Amino acid sequence: MKWLKRIFDKSEKHFSGSGKLAKAHALFDATKTVFFHPLRRTAFIPFLRDCLDLKRYMTFVLISLVPVTIFGIYNTGYRAGLGSGVELDLLDSFLHGSYYVIPIILVSYVVGLFWEILFAGIRKHKISEGFLVTGLLFPLTLPATIPLWQVALGISFGVIIGKEVFGGTGRNILNPALTARAFVYFSYPVSMSGEIWIPNLGAVDGMSGATPLAVAAQGNQSILAALSDMGFALKNLFWGFVPGSIGETSVFCIVLGMFFLLVTRIANFRIIAGGIAGLIFTAIVFYLFGEDPGSWIKAGPLYHLFAGSFLFGITFMATDPVSAPGTNEARWIFGFLIGFFTVTIRVANPAFVEGTMLAILFMNVFAPLLDHMVVKYKVSKRIPNV
Amino acid sequence: MLAEKDHFKEILIKGIWKENPVAYQVLGICSALAVTVKMSTAIVMGIALTIVTAFSSLIISSMRKHIPSNIRIIVELAVIASLVIVTDQILKAFLYDISKQLSIFVGLIITNCIVLGRAESFALANPPADSFVDGVANGIGYSLILVCVAFIRELLGSGKILGFNVIPGFLVDMGYQNMGLMVLAPGAFFIIGLLVWLKNNLPGVSHEEN
Repeated sequence: MKWLKRIFDKSEKHFSGSGKLAKAHALFDATKTVFFHPLRRTAFIPFLRDCLDLKRYMTFVLISLVPVTIFGIYNTGYRAGLGSGVELDLLDSFLHGSYYVIPIILVSYVVGLFWEILFAGIRKHKISEGFLVTGLLFPLTLPATIPLWQVALGISFGVIIGKEVFGGTGRNILNPALTARAFVYFSYPVSMSGEIWIPNLGAVDGMSGATPLAVAAQGNQSILAALSDMGFALKNLFWGFVPGSIGETSVFCIVLGMFFLLVTRIANFRIIAGGIAGLIFTAIVFYLFGEDPGSWIKAGPLYHLFAGSFLFGITFMATDPVSAPGTNEARWIFGFLIGFFTVTIRVANPAFVEGTMLAILFMNVFAPLLDHMVVKYKVSKRIPNV
Repeated sequence: MLAEKDHFKEILIKGIWKENPVAYQVLGICSALAVTVKMSTAIVMGIALTIVTAFSSLIISSMRKHIPSNIRIIVELAVIASLVIVTDQILKAFLYDISKQLSIFVGLIITNCIVLGRAESFALANPPADSFVDGVANGIGYSLILVCVAFIRELLGSGKILGFNVIPGFLVDMGYQNMGLMVLAPGAFFIIGLLVWLKNNLPGVSHEEN
């Protein structure tokens, strides 16, 4: 590590003060802090600072995303193989998946970093580490068939409108990755919904496929029978061998990441637990009082939990420390309402088969209000003049 | 005479650019969201509003010394409403198709904050000629933003300019898609917001410098 330190120390003078490359100081700083812990200390008592700064924090989220990313790549390749009638083995699936997924991730990172560096240079703030997570979360919410220029537009929108216009990381009211996805979703509905989830390997007629949530039963069949007919039995949904956005399909991998985030206490368990509780409660209510046996109303809580992107969203998106509420009570309510709105949008709104994105964005807007109400309530409980 | 000219010029610049009704005063946003999906409607709307604002300012300004201040809003509304009805009838007679697309928004010019705002804040305190110029300036300022927004929305949202296809065929073959968001009202919100951002950051117009 010594030689690395020497390189940084030597080149620092070019990047600071009146150096030739002073404009790129943000970039220099960002690279340096990847390797070295920044030496900032608090200027007042107790002069201590936790080693876990924003960069380490975000790195932990990245680690938790590794299983879903790897499985996403594999599943994309595997699906693509099935679509063209070839049964691919593990390595081949992985290679084919990389062919589709890696460019999407690369474009997202390169374009997003370009805007980050531009804003960091003009506004003279540091390049925010939060982008490392945004840049990976956004591709994971997209179908593998999305055109790359739409990825570039989406991440630009997410970084600029979702974050930088509010003043950068820490001031954004919405989750930037979800803002980017919402932009692509409403701008290019053709690329984001319908039967577009399986890329085909240049075969003449590739198979197209709907996601489990788009399934509706025909005739008198029940929704559960229809789902297992389509190959969406609960077991498949759990392991994730179903079509869907790149990162959302495997419940197992998401739970691995969730476990890691909870053990390291990066994600707040109240949001996740509240969300799952809200989803199960709402799904049961709809199950008991719903009429139509062929629609998702009658699917029951487990299917609602395992299908679609709810677990992905509540684990990685809703727990975003900036756009989620900051008080514990508000976190429970926040999570619960995300679960509630997700199911409500799924079953009650025919225009959207999936409601997670909209539910989280909606509750992001209400997060400050929830915090405000909790604080107000606590203040009102104080005994005056004590 | 020269001073007179400079005076008018100043009012014009103020209304069109410096204190642009949409981008600076943030007035008339509702119609700016509604009629900017296509350029043709935006242009007609801009012209209609410019005429109404200019003449209502002129008329109200020439009556300003005779209007009792406690019923001035009623008088102003009567003047504006008559002008709006006349404009609406003219549009229906000569530009029926566009009038149908603008639907209720021509009638709603009366509630457009710009018209009443100029009447209240300028025409009641200034001579008729100045007020007329001010009305024209604000109308043009409004139209300017409207046409800009409509241009961007029509180009990105439906790939057309003034109804003509401008997206070359080879782009569509390569996978170009129109941006659906631009046809929805939120698209106009984003465009107006970005335009305001741009305007405030152009050199020489930032209101922080004033």
